[in-house]
Amino acid sequence: MIILDENTKCIVQGVTGKQGSFHTKQMLDYETKIMAGTSPGKGGQKFGSINIYNSIEEARKQLNINASIIFVPAPFAKDAAFEAISQLDLVVIITEHIPVHDSAQIVEYARRNDTIVVGPNTPGIISPGVGKLGIMPTHIFDAGNIGIVSRSGTLTYEVAYQITRAGMGQSTCLGIGGDPIVGLDFSDVLSMFEEDDDTDAAVLIGEIGGNAEERVAEFIENNISKPVVAYIAGTTAPPGKRMGHAGAIIEGETGTAESKINAFKEAGVDVANSPSEIVELINKSF
Amino acid sequence: MKLYEYNAKNIFKKGGIPVGEGYIAKNPEEAQEAASKIKKPVALKSQVLVGGRGKAGGIKFAETPKEALNVSKALFSTKLKGETVETILVEEKIKIKKEYYLSVIMDRTNRKPLIMASKEGGVDIEELAEKNPERIVKYHLNPLDEFLPYQAREIAIKMGVENPLVSKMGSIIWMLYGVFNKYDATLAEINPLVLTEDSILAADAKLDVDDDALYKHRELRELEEYKKEEFAYVKLDGDIAVIGNGAGLTLSSMDMLKLYGGEPAVFLDIGGGASQENIEKALNLVISDGDVKVVFLNVLGGITRADDVARGIVNVQNASKRKVSLVIRLTGTNEEEGQRILTEAGVSFETSMESAARKAVELCME
Repeated sequence: MIILDENTKCIVQGVTGKQGSFHTKQMLDYETKIMAGTSPGKGGQKFGSINIYNSIEEARKQLNINASIIFVPAPFAKDAAFEAISQLDLVVIITEHIPVHDSAQIVEYARRNDTIVVGPNTPGIISPGVGKLGIMPTHIFDAGNIGIVSRSGTLTYEVAYQITRAGMGQSTCLGIGGDPIVGLDFSDVLSMFEEDDDTDAAVLIGEIGGNAEERVAEFIENNISKPVVAYIAGTTAPPGKRMGHAGAIIEGETGTAESKINAFKEAGVDVANSPSEIVELINKSF
Repeated sequence: MKLYEYNAKNIFKKGGIPVGEGYIAKNPEEAQEAASKIKKPVALKSQVLVGGRGKAGGIKFAETPKEALNVSKALFSTKLKGETVETILVEEKIKIKKEYYLSVIMDRTNRKPLIMASKEGGVDIEELAEKNPERIVKYHLNPLDEFLPYQAREIAIKMGVENPLVSKMGSIIWMLYGVFNKYDATLAEINPLVLTEDSILAADAKLDVDDDALYKHRELRELEEYKKEEFAYVKLDGDIAVIGNGAGLTLSSMDMLKLYGGEPAVFLDIGGGASQENIEKALNLVISDGDVKVVFLNVLGGITRADDVARGIVNVQNASKRKVSLVIRLTGTNEEEGQRILTEAGVSFETSMESAARKAVELCME
């Protein structure tokens, strides 16, 4: 598994909000090491079995914490991210609709502090059987040897579900986030899968818009020896239409499904035509 | 959100960037009046959001107010790449000595703002970018550091502008970045920036503002371009409405539908964490579309809860007058509860996306 393992000890920023409280309970039920939560002004209160603190600094005086997951609303997310990046090794930003100028600053601040940022606008990360820092439903995952990296949220669940139903499982499944600017990118995650003993093959799920898929195709050809299967959503999308969030905008020559699929094929990466074909291609690759 | 040229120019002007004298006209009479005020030959510029306006015939010139009246009549009655002209910007016609190009974009590849500048601006900038990319200066900015005027002057020097212009060009670049930053823009562009006999000014202005940052900018929410979009909704040519949670899953649902021979009528992404009310609004929106014969709703809940979705479906099913076939795929967070609600209400559902897509296509062919 990558990034999220048994040593990951996490704090939830925005633990008392609607999404934060619901998913904190889910993460605890999955036996993730959620050590505490923050909610400024509510320090000293409890959320179930865990303590609430006013700040990460306050929590760290009492507890050993190295990661954070952020649920705070978009207008306050940059502030929360900076607070976490300055003190921790891993920050998962679930919040969507963060202004892109804020995201650019968050990503640059993480680079300066050598902190891993996953997201924003990500479903998070799950290492089945170990824990999850995210909002994904857990019953569709099972521990195994397939690494999944995706730009999408729900489509990731779809693919994981199909892999699980085919009797296989996942080492780690990670959403890089659907926004134009995100922290970890496809090549960062594939490099980690390449080094990871638990991962024997990787699935990459992309979608139309941007050029992240085109860029990673070349990277795979030169750097990744394990089998990679790719799937691109949006092959039938009419060009020039805004189909969903900022990530899915077709722009110029790159950005179309065709351009992405061609880039993968040229790099020798298998491309599935449907989520169910991913499983067939993984089996073939072994 | 894309801004019309005249709104972008107002913002550029507030940011210190020189723009020409101009007036807004909503009808030919107002265009004539504007031309009388300017007292010189004018340019009549259609205010549309599509690109390539000049080449499509959206900019005309007039020597006299009378001519401005007639020319603007023609402009108001045309469509530019499908967009109706509702507003014309009337400006003094300028004598161009030289055209420059300036822009700032948020570069997603490098995750930083990028300034691009060239002393060969004008309508053929895209061709230049392709054939002679070295003639466009590219300068990435660090989003955590201040951008100082000397750095902007360095860009002006790299562009190769003549000495007397270095300071002026530098300050316009610096102010353009200021506007880009202040308004959370994803693009701020001047093409062309024009040198005349006695001045330098932005002859055109483009400003695209990040939709997710509009909550910070009250004055932008009052512009006519501002329309609040609750869902990502795209109308298509077919007869099956595709509703999903998340762009990726919704796109993939549409791809599956096509794979089985179906044609999508609507693409509607309800996004993450949609409430029961959102589901009801989304369903009612597509059901009210006469082209829609079948609705294919594909929800795999993460942050979205299947029980909320199920309650929304049942409410719409009970209340809606127009009957369309509903194919529901519902799984994920709280799925037991969601599926129980549907079963109790007598609504059938699928658990796999393939079978649901196939069923939607079959129902449509009946």
